[in-house]
Amino acid sequence: MAETLKKRHSIARIELANITKQYPGCLANDSVSLTLMPGEIHALLGENGAGKSTLVKTIYGVVAPDSGDILWDGKAVEIKSPSKARELGIGMVFQHFSLFETLTVSQNIELCLSKTQLTSIGNLSHKISELSTKYGLNVDPSRYVHSLSIGERQRVEIMRCLVQSVKLLILDEPTSVLTPQEVSGLFVVLRTLAKEGCSILFISHKLHEVTEICQQATILRAGKVIATCEPARETPATIAKMMVGELAEQDAGYSKKEGHHTLFTVSALNLTTKQPFGTSLKNINFELKAGEILGIAGVAGNGQDELMAIISGEDERNTGHALSLEEQSIGQLSAGQRRKLGMAYVPEERLGRGAVPDMSLTENTLLTHSQGFIKKGLVQWQPLKAYANKLIVQYKVKCHGEFSEAKSLSGGNLQKFIMGREIGQNPKVLICAHPTWGVDVGAALAIHQALLALRDQGAAILLVSEDIDELFLLADRMAAVCDGHLSPVVKTADTSIDQIGQWMAGTFISTPAHHTEETTA
Amino acid sequence: MDADLIVQILFAAIKTGTPLLLIALGEVICEKSGVLNLGQEGMMLMGAVVGFIAAYATGNAGLGVLGAMLMGSFMSLIFAVLVLQLGANQVATGLALTIFGTGLSAFVGSDFVGNTVQGFQPIAIPVLSSIPYLGDILFKHDILVYLSFVLAVVIAYVANKTRVGLVLKAVGENPHAANAIGIKVLQVRYLAILFGGAMTGLAGAYMSLVYTPMWAENMTAGRGWIALALVVFASWRVGRIMLGAYLFGFASIMHLVLQGLGVNISSNLLAMMPYVATVIVMVIISADQFKEKLLAPRSLGKPFDPRNMA
Repeated sequence: MAETLKKRHSIARIELANITKQYPGCLANDSVSLTLMPGEIHALLGENGAGKSTLVKTIYGVVAPDSGDILWDGKAVEIKSPSKARELGIGMVFQHFSLFETLTVSQNIELCLSKTQLTSIGNLSHKISELSTKYGLNVDPSRYVHSLSIGERQRVEIMRCLVQSVKLLILDEPTSVLTPQEVSGLFVVLRTLAKEGCSILFISHKLHEVTEICQQATILRAGKVIATCEPARETPATIAKMMVGELAEQDAGYSKKEGHHTLFTVSALNLTTKQPFGTSLKNINFELKAGEILGIAGVAGNGQDELMAIISGEDERNTGHALSLEEQSIGQLSAGQRRKLGMAYVPEERLGRGAVPDMSLTENTLLTHSQGFIKKGLVQWQPLKAYANKLIVQYKVKCHGEFSEAKSLSGGNLQKFIMGREIGQNPKVLICAHPTWGVDVGAALAIHQALLALRDQGAAILLVSEDIDELFLLADRMAAVCDGHLSPVVKTADTSIDQIGQWMAGTFISTPAHHTEETTA
Repeated sequence: MDADLIVQILFAAIKTGTPLLLIALGEVICEKSGVLNLGQEGMMLMGAVVGFIAAYATGNAGLGVLGAMLMGSFMSLIFAVLVLQLGANQVATGLALTIFGTGLSAFVGSDFVGNTVQGFQPIAIPVLSSIPYLGDILFKHDILVYLSFVLAVVIAYVANKTRVGLVLKAVGENPHAANAIGIKVLQVRYLAILFGGAMTGLAGAYMSLVYTPMWAENMTAGRGWIALALVVFASWRVGRIMLGAYLFGFASIMHLVLQGLGVNISSNLLAMMPYVATVIVMVIISADQFKEKLLAPRSLGKPFDPRNMA
């Protein structure tokens, strides 16, 4: 481990030496070493299951390592719990935010502080406002978290760490949920923090962000440190190569197509939400053509869930002529009837909506493939199992076999399986949310190619995603949603990330909703 | 209807509503932590019978109350171990607890049916009880009713104004996030369940030592269930629980009132009033799903296993 032993002028903020963690059947971390200097922004890279999460959980005291040492400011420490980690000055911003929606910002922050910290701070709201101004976080302590946008919530999480005078900040895929403008805002905050000496450990799948902001990178593969590098001297392609071990076609760029005739139409769709923190749909209009991929960008919670639910038929309200498939109105049909007409659906929530957690992959296949595998009311198990196995092989799903329960698969693997199952029906219209969310580079490539093949066969594909890069890669035409409004639909070739980013923040809405200003701020 | 009769009715409504209030105050704390304990009826009956036996044997009603609260806590401890430690389904376990408590209390109390004890006597609070009307309604009760007033205020304060209340709410909304910031979720839930059990035991003691100072099989007559409905009716707010408890108490004595007024309706029909009222209230509340989702503790009824975090 030449890297960790390299002579430095000052003492490392944190030094991990030979961290090993064994789970049943899986060596999550295999003698991992990593050094972070004060003020350094360090990227932790790797595919799904490479051991990144286990490693940061070890640092944050959630997971106890089997062996290995942690040095904090040069002294050996044992981090037994998250509270111990916070005492040392380690803060973490989780991928899935750990905020309490029914509490205010300041209550959320208060919960993380010990009594001594609270006393030393004095007036917490005052302190929050002060830090908010200093770092440009724009966080109002008295607001309820459920009324905040995703970007604002992330800033609350960062604030939660700042209040505790954090010395090491761990960010787990912080940019996956942000608009491009919010990402730049976040980077400004991170650079300011680093300048003041705070070390930052940055986990991301987006390699161009890593090359932009990180000074050092550690790359994990199968639990081992496979390489370390200075991202500024690399390109996303060379880093991707280190991650997957073979030349990844990360930025291959796929050919764009123009659709033929209109297959599916949404016209003047207005819908009041039924969820407490949901978004109502406001006059949505678009056409989906055979042989094209239409991408809808947007930050989570701007009406995507409602749109998907009403198109798939999961939301059972009759929308009459607002939805039509091949010029027939389908608003009154149930989800099952719509599937029979050739619609397929990949929901955002994989476990629970896309698959039944306690059922095997075979049984989960049957859920949407009942037609071919049932004869005279009896399930044809042998061909069904064979088919499930074929999907497992074709989409490289890592599992014990077709008998594995859906809940035993990792998120990315289950996603591959569900995508395969839906594509395998040769649908006329495929409605798909976040197709490669949490899926590693290699598997994402397989899913992309399957989607493109389906398009080239003449299917119409609607992609709803927060990953704007992926939409630019795949979609032939694009639009964005904000606060339940849909932007104009344009050809991908005729637009730019900047324009879509603006639309995601709502600039296309003639009478802007009041929260749009905050997201652009 | 003259003023005296109204005062009497309101006095009786408070008396009848008190056991509902006690259970609901305990259950609301339990539910705020994300645990739904449907075993109220069983815990209450066990509290009632043990409280009665303890008071009968020692001649001390205070010891009866203590015994009932310990019994309620013990019953809830069984529930807590099953749902928190062993991950059993909360609804099924709660129902089992009710069936278990109903049967066991009948068995334990069979030798004591027909006996009576010296329960708590009403205490008129000096000065306050001489306020016209209000004094007669509020300040001529027994000590357990006064205790319920104090408990309601204390619980409302703790739930809304203190860090303990904040932790409780956090655990009930998102146990995984609470665990991640270092709150001991299971410990919080254990304490909340035990507190709920003690309160329900206390309500049981109120039934067998004050309301009707005797023991009879199944004497709580579904009050545990009404209290559970009350928590939802009040949308998990302590102030509304108090109001609701007395409203339900009023509904329970409606048949006596109407009979007193000479209204000619079958007393059986009128005795149904509180149960019918419960069903109607639940339907009205549930109709507004939007509101219910917003107010209910998010993780209510969902198990949490800290070992499954990795």
